[in-house]
Parts: sequence; structure tokens; C-alpha cells
Amino acid sequence: MATEESGLQIHPMDQFTVKPLFGDGPLMWYTPSNATLWMFFAVLSAVAFLVLGTRHRSVVPGRAQMAAEMAYLFVRNMVENVAGRDALRFFPYIMTVFIFIAMANILGLIPTSFTTTSHIAVTAVLALTVFISVTVIGFVKHGLGFLGLFWISSAPLPLRPVLAVIELMSYFVRPVSHSIRLAGNMMAGHAMIKVFAAFAGVLGLGAFVPIVAISAVYALELLVACIQAYVFTILTCVYLRDALHPSH
Amino acid sequence: MAIEGDITTMGQMIGAGLACTGMGGAAIGVGHVAGNYLSGALRNPSAAASQTAMLFIGIAFAEAFGIFSFLVALLLMFAL
Repeated sequence: MATEESGLQIHPMDQFTVKPLFGDGPLMWYTPSNATLWMFFAVLSAVAFLVLGTRHRSVVPGRAQMAAEMAYLFVRNMVENVAGRDALRFFPYIMTVFIFIAMANILGLIPTSFTTTSHIAVTAVLALTVFISVTVIGFVKHGLGFLGLFWISSAPLPLRPVLAVIELMSYFVRPVSHSIRLAGNMMAGHAMIKVFAAFAGVLGLGAFVPIVAISAVYALELLVACIQAYVFTILTCVYLRDALHPSH
Repeated sequence: MAIEGDITTMGQMIGAGLACTGMGGAAIGVGHVAGNYLSGALRNPSAAASQTAMLFIGIAFAEAFGIFSFLVALLLMFAL
């Protein structure tokens, strides 16, 4: 892709490099890196959005309070509609996941920033936490009856073992697709913007075409950032519903 | 990625490119879900708002298989 003679240098993946914040030392688990920094910013903006937004609570809400309340009600209604009323016990965790992912996605769109959710390491932890806790909740609530999730009693008897294998496979593939969906969407969008930006660098006066394209793609990425946070959360709710009500 | 390399690298690159064609299937699936949602919503607009959650769940599940091909491409490019 990067040929020397044309001057077209595209390094779309460089933005995802994890670097130490201070110096060039080796990257250990305790090294403060740019990933740490932007994850901290995500937490900080989540706190600013929710805590500062509801600081001056009033009957007639201001703009900040309105936005915070809208986000709260949005997630609460989603949990109640998708996972059922008894899933509201787990609402604080789901709200935390939603706000963190949304903030990390949106902060990653700031130019020269670092998208923490574009790393499978980050999203895999989020997805595995959901997967393990949902499995534990299912077994705690229903005991071995949770395995009824894989034994579909409405299907004809000869088909059930086949379906059980398929259901089991799809169950264990969940954390993979759950995490890579988020990371892949973030990574692909940002790499695409970077490729268009490299086009703008070599086109001279014709650069306004890729710049207009970048603006459009950027608007799309803003939408994708919110939708992927929504999709991650709603899939968490779906998995939670399966754990709470395993009968098909 | 470096351009020069041996035949193994070439095979990895070609395989990664071929794996990406699987995303086309996911694109068809997502378009199918969204198009059917739209046609259903135009027939009965009053029920449309209550089904947006199902729309996104359907899109997410259809997208999952495109993600698997993307995963195969990533594994070929960086893990082997």
C-alpha cells in the first residue's frame, strides 16, 4: 500500500498503538499509557455527565440535567423492556457499561485521541464480564434448570440433540462476537477516516473532495459510536433475559 | 505491512482478502433486516417505535457473522 515513489503514505493502524505516557520504557501492566489516560478521561466525562448534570436538581430541568435524565431513562426502559422487570436489579451495572462505552467511543472521535474501545483487549474484558456473570446468574437462579436453555422443549425430540449442540456453540461464541463487534466497528471507522485523510494529503487543491468525505464519515462515526454502545448494552440485556428466563 | 516477503506472507494476504468477502454476506443480512423493518414500519407505523429494539438485536445478530470473517482476516494478518 505504502509505495515510496508516489508519496502516498497511509498508516491507518498507527493511531491504535499503545504507548507509554512518559518516556520510551517497556510497556508493563502498571505503565501509564495513552490507553490508561483516555480510559480515565472516559470515566471523568461519565462522572461529569451524570454527577454534575444532576447537581442542581430542579423540577424544571436544565439542559445538563435533561440529558443525564434522558440517558438514565433510556437505559432503564431498555432493561425493563428487553430483560424484564426482575432484571432491574442489574440495572446499575448495565448503566455503567453503557455510559462507559458511549463516553470512550465519543472521546475516541476527538482528533489525535486514542480510542480505548478499538482494542479487543478492552472490549473482551467487558464482554467476558457480562458472559461469566450472566452464566453464574443463570446457574444461581435456576440451578441445573439453566441447561434447559440448550434443550429446546418445543422442538421435535430427534432434533433436540442437534439443536443442543448448535445452541451450545452459539452460547460460547457470544463473548467473541460481543467484543469484536464493538472493537471492529471502532477500528474500521477510525482507519477509514485515516485513509481518507492520507488521500487529502497528496491531492493538493483537489483535497476538498476527501475532506468533505471525511466530514460525512465523521458524522456517520458519531452515529456508530452511539449505536455500538446501544447494541452492546441491548445484547447484555438479551443475554441477561436468557439467564433469568431460560425457557424458550 | 511490508510489501516484500515470501510465499507464506502472500498466502496470508490473499487469504485475509478472501476472508473479507464474507462481510458482504453480513451486509446483505443487515440490509435485509433493516429493509424488512422499514417495510413493516410503513405498513403499521404505530407499531414501529416499539420494535426498534428488535431491529437492533436483529442487526447485531446478522452482523455477527461478518465479524467472524473479519476476525479470520485479522488472525491471518497479525496472529499467524
